[in-house]
Amino acid sequence: MKHSTERRILLHAMLAGAGSAVCGPLLAAAPGPLLTRPIPSSGEALPVVGLGSWITFNVGDDPAARARCTQVVQAFLANGGRLIDSSPMYGSAQAVIGHALGQLKHPQALFSADKVWIGSGARGPAQIDSSRRLWGVPRFDLLQVHNLLAWEEHLRTLQQMKAEKRLRYVGITTSEGRRHGELIKIMETRPLDFVQVSYNVLDREIEARILPLARERKIGIIVNRPFRQGDLTQALANKPLPGWAAEIGCTSWAQALLKFIVAEPGVSCAIPATSNPLHARENMLAARGPMPDAALRRRIAADVARLT
Amino acid sequence: MSEWWTYRLSDLLMFSKATYFRLFELQNLALWPFQLLAVGIGVALLICLVQGGARAGRIAALLLALAWLHVAWNYFAQRYATINTGAPYFVLGFALQAVLLFWLASRKREPRLAQPVGSLGRLGLIIAVIALLGYPLLAPLSGRPWTGAELFGLAPDPTVALTFAALLLWRSGLMLWIVPLLWCAISTSTLVELHAGQAWMLPILALLAMGARLLTAVRSRG
Repeated sequence: MKHSTERRILLHAMLAGAGSAVCGPLLAAAPGPLLTRPIPSSGEALPVVGLGSWITFNVGDDPAARARCTQVVQAFLANGGRLIDSSPMYGSAQAVIGHALGQLKHPQALFSADKVWIGSGARGPAQIDSSRRLWGVPRFDLLQVHNLLAWEEHLRTLQQMKAEKRLRYVGITTSEGRRHGELIKIMETRPLDFVQVSYNVLDREIEARILPLARERKIGIIVNRPFRQGDLTQALANKPLPGWAAEIGCTSWAQALLKFIVAEPGVSCAIPATSNPLHARENMLAARGPMPDAALRRRIAADVARLT
Repeated sequence: MSEWWTYRLSDLLMFSKATYFRLFELQNLALWPFQLLAVGIGVALLICLVQGGARAGRIAALLLALAWLHVAWNYFAQRYATINTGAPYFVLGFALQAVLLFWLASRKREPRLAQPVGSLGRLGLIIAVIALLGYPLLAPLSGRPWTGAELFGLAPDPTVALTFAALLLWRSGLMLWIVPLLWCAISTSTLVELHAGQAWMLPILALLAMGARLLTAVRSRG
């Protein structure tokens, strides 16, 4: 019964995506092909907008909220998205993603990115296996050491898994600027496919050292907190979009903020989180159409700083 | 859980305001009509506080112990644990307070409730009434559905608020205040981070009860 209700909700979402009044303007504004970037270590093409799950997918076992998260995943994948990111730290988010993927019959396009987050290196493999079962995937595409916790032991485990073809990519994350020094040392000395860091129009510390180093070491950059956990979009909610927004095909601040990030060539993928299927679709549109050049990026940064 | 030390308070908030308050709705829907029993127990507690004396004090300690145990199991272990990986610690904390209350109830002389006379006594009753009637009103007053009402014996904050009233009227020593005050700090931090309007309700009730308790201690020495 619960499943049939969810399928009905999904059907409504799909019909809405096919051209309802709500989605019409979004679809009408969808220009050009989806922007992808090659993963530096492999060349595999990855869409520049992904899907985060921090807070938004931690809804426990609430059936209505789970159905809505399923709609988010469906909208994300239907609009060309691939990379979905989660962590054992995110409460029920992994189980909710697993539920959504099950409802959607385990879509082939998925690029599964999860993390290992436990103080003991010895307990890492058990945690990874538990995460894998919650997602319901045979293996992860990417596993990252979360917030540098016990990173030396976990990186050994992940590299071993990659060598045994039980994992495709290895990464490490931090969402805290104060730990960038430690992250840089790891990037300089260890083989990594990805690092995940915070980057947005106002928090741009990574431009100084991390982005150039990633280019040099062929490390992909995954960007978390593109909207400062919603603070930026909230602060800009009632501010009219400046004229430049139309030049880059943006109909919302969220798209402009995302285009600012993904226009940086060193960024592999930005992972905004949302619990709203329409926002998931809107975010994916930021991966299409014209991107701001360096001059417009400076202008966007100045305007956002002035308005917030 | 050594990983927690690397985070700020805002980093630890892993759920949205809607998800947090939805838990009470889901709990109420799952437990109905248990709420009637919880309200009955709350009213019985209020009668104990009004009556005062040793027997009422013992019954109040027993009823409160059951309420803490129920919140530990049904709310923290069954509900909150689905969205907060720190919930097992709250299960232990609330279970510990239940044990302390059972211990209090088992003592021959200790759990005597003071007669709720004078302004300090009346303050205890007012806190109890707010816990029983005020907390359920927060949901509709904040634009949430009635079905999400926070009830004594089911939700942690009204249970702790009513406990503050009892601790004041028991003239209780410090030991029984520790867990309620710790929860008060945790709940307030959570609700402040969630930008919930009711964030300061529990700490205000705690401060009133603590202040009144300290005043009675000073007066009894004088």
